[in-house]
Amino acid sequence: MSRTALTIDDSKTMRDMVAFTLKNAGFEVTEAENGQLGLDQINGSSFDVIITDINMPVMDGIEFTREARKRAEARTTPILILTTESGASLKNEGRTAGATGWIVKPFNPEKLLQVVEKVCG
Amino acid sequence: MSDPMEQFKVVFFEECSELLVNLEEGLMLLQRGENDGETMNAVFRAVHSIKGGAGAFGFDALVGFAHIQETLLDEMRSNAIEIKPEYIDVLLQAFDILSELVGAAQREDAVDKNYGAEAAQAMKKIMETSGTVEVKTEQVSVDEEPQNIKTRHFNISFKPFEELYQRANEPILLIRELNDLGELDVELNTSDMPDITEMDAELAYFSWKFVLITEFGEDAIEEVFEFVEGDCELIITEEIAATTEITTAETDPDAVRQGAQKTAVAKTSGGETVVSQSIRVELDKVDRLVNMVGELVITQAMLREQGSQLLVEQYPNLVQGIEELSRHIRDLQESVMAIRAQPVKSVFSRMPRLVRELTASLDKKARLVMTGEETEVDKTVTERIGDPLMHMIRNSVDHGLESPTDRLDAGKEEEGTIHLSAFHRGGRIFIEIEDDGAGINREVVLKKAIENGLVSPDATLSDEEINNLIFLPGFSTAESVTNVSGRGVGMDVVRKNIQSLGGRISISSKSGKGSKFTMSLPLTLAVMDGMVVEIGGEKFVLPLVNIIQTLRPTPKEINSLPDGRNLMMFRDEYIFLVPLYDVFDVEDAITNPCEGLVVVVEGDGGMLMGFIVDDLVNQQQVVIKSLETNYELIEGVSGATILGNGRVSLIIDIATVQEMVSRQYAEPQKYVTETETPSSRNSSLAQTSMEVH
Repeated sequence: MSRTALTIDDSKTMRDMVAFTLKNAGFEVTEAENGQLGLDQINGSSFDVIITDINMPVMDGIEFTREARKRAEARTTPILILTTESGASLKNEGRTAGATGWIVKPFNPEKLLQVVEKVCG
Repeated sequence: MSDPMEQFKVVFFEECSELLVNLEEGLMLLQRGENDGETMNAVFRAVHSIKGGAGAFGFDALVGFAHIQETLLDEMRSNAIEIKPEYIDVLLQAFDILSELVGAAQREDAVDKNYGAEAAQAMKKIMETSGTVEVKTEQVSVDEEPQNIKTRHFNISFKPFEELYQRANEPILLIRELNDLGELDVELNTSDMPDITEMDAELAYFSWKFVLITEFGEDAIEEVFEFVEGDCELIITEEIAATTEITTAETDPDAVRQGAQKTAVAKTSGGETVVSQSIRVELDKVDRLVNMVGELVITQAMLREQGSQLLVEQYPNLVQGIEELSRHIRDLQESVMAIRAQPVKSVFSRMPRLVRELTASLDKKARLVMTGEETEVDKTVTERIGDPLMHMIRNSVDHGLESPTDRLDAGKEEEGTIHLSAFHRGGRIFIEIEDDGAGINREVVLKKAIENGLVSPDATLSDEEINNLIFLPGFSTAESVTNVSGRGVGMDVVRKNIQSLGGRISISSKSGKGSKFTMSLPLTLAVMDGMVVEIGGEKFVLPLVNIIQTLRPTPKEINSLPDGRNLMMFRDEYIFLVPLYDVFDVEDAITNPCEGLVVVVEGDGGMLMGFIVDDLVNQQQVVIKSLETNYELIEGVSGATILGNGRVSLIIDIATVQEMVSRQYAEPQKYVTETETPSSRNSSLAQTSMEVH
């Protein structure tokens, strides 16, 4: 069975890039446009890895992470947050919310895979 | 497009154009002092997303500039910097530059190093004077080469806290990663492990000691533990001569938990936001669908025609089936057309900036009020309405609105208002531009028209007709041509553009009170309701929307003029009869209106005309096929369609037929023919009737 990933980003460009990279690495990828829709996706299904942007309308990535950690389906799922170099404090906020790790933007596909492999083996 | 990066780029630029629209809209709201918190966030996010994508593609100039803008916006949304009107102006300037940089990136143009430096400087200055962060230029970190290739010997002690597991980190993965760095010796310490009955599966009991012999440096080891820093006790020591480095990364778990609680309280969930679910489809695919449905409509019409010859008693199910098919195809068609529909917002949103620039350069004061931005129109309309709209707004600000002092003298507010609105009515879309300026100066307009030979000096024209003079080719009020409005496009071009969209434009104006331009456009451009008429064995299609009535006049209702034209009494007014057989050179047609039929149609400016035809065939939906792409442009014909019997039929363009006829009979006084006749009062009458049907 192929591994599954959920990518949450309000930017279609970013979602596409993440999805494309992961699909090439054999993941089955689900996309969501914001944290709330991301939560809807983990409702009842579990993913091998979740990658979320921070700044999004409706529900941001931090809130999403915090909420996801309360769900049985996502309690032990690695959650990676996408952050920018300047967002050092966001990294901490993300960790506090329960994020497993982070990917610094701009990222390239190799870097993304490297981090994904790091947290989900 | 096999390169995925190229595909992402396409998506990125599509997204950018949406984000830029949102950004500008947000900035305009902020400028009007309408900040509900979410506005600022949306503005920030827009810049943030553009920067993010740009970074991925290496558009450095764009990233650099967006970064400064983003930093300032971040400060503003966190209230570290107050939102002042002059700051918004700076942000609007920055917006322009950002748009340009996006454009340059898309065109793959090189960008001058100093481009946008001024705006960047202005934004930095705001941050400096507000005493907040200094802006660092963001740098992409470069992986450092290991300093020496000698093998090094590290002792690592690793004790996870429970938080490490709560964040879904996995020691086994970290150990594997360490193993990849070199030769690893692992020692597991289970001494903290309680009796199984007391064990809490959520707690951390294990710790490890590693000995790593590697060619990499300490950085590489720290990178392995990057995500668990603070969630474990980690001690790395290097066993080499006298230098022993110790790194501890210890955090009090309680403090972390407290921190988590604090943020949880501070961050209550935001208000409800409407989520629009959409997919992005290439326009090509939609157009293919539209075309296919068009073909389906034609096939359906053919089937229907065949079916109409069948006896219902003989084939009840077949006839009923054809009926149902027609209905479903019509529904299908509407749904497909709706895919191409877009809110006019994307066009309207360009206007505030235009007004702002115009008022600044013309020393006028104006406020743009927009309503009905959500009104949906065909994509082609949003694509082609922009320029005419901008031209009319330019006109309104330049010619319509008075200077602030004149306005005050006239007892008006110093600031003029331009109202741009869009709405649906009677199966058409209306877009109106209304200003509260001085109105059209009819004396000047008439004088100019006479000078330019558009109107004979002794003509008596109604106010309505004088207003409409501005739409004539070759008309331009030279005295008032400024560098703003005088760009070589007149209102005639505007009218042509609108007509090419199957639309009409009219104007009403009150002296001292202002003017109003009204455009009405069809909902869709690919299909229309048509009346098929027969002229000498040929079939033509008349747009149903223009048809007022069809009748067979009695001889005494017809009056002939000396020049050979006929007038017909219609609703207590005289209207011209237009011999279509003559216009389109059709032989063997019925020439006597009393033997054939007269279709009363409404032409440009609301003028009524009677088209002489042999007979009506039927009313049906027709799929418009462009003549220009399939053949060549023919005057008086807006396109062609394929009828149910498979034959091509021309769709008559009423406005251009009207022009052709006036030209034929009225050279060189193009307009007089329509005005010096008893029909003159019709224009105003028809004006109101246009609103009705």
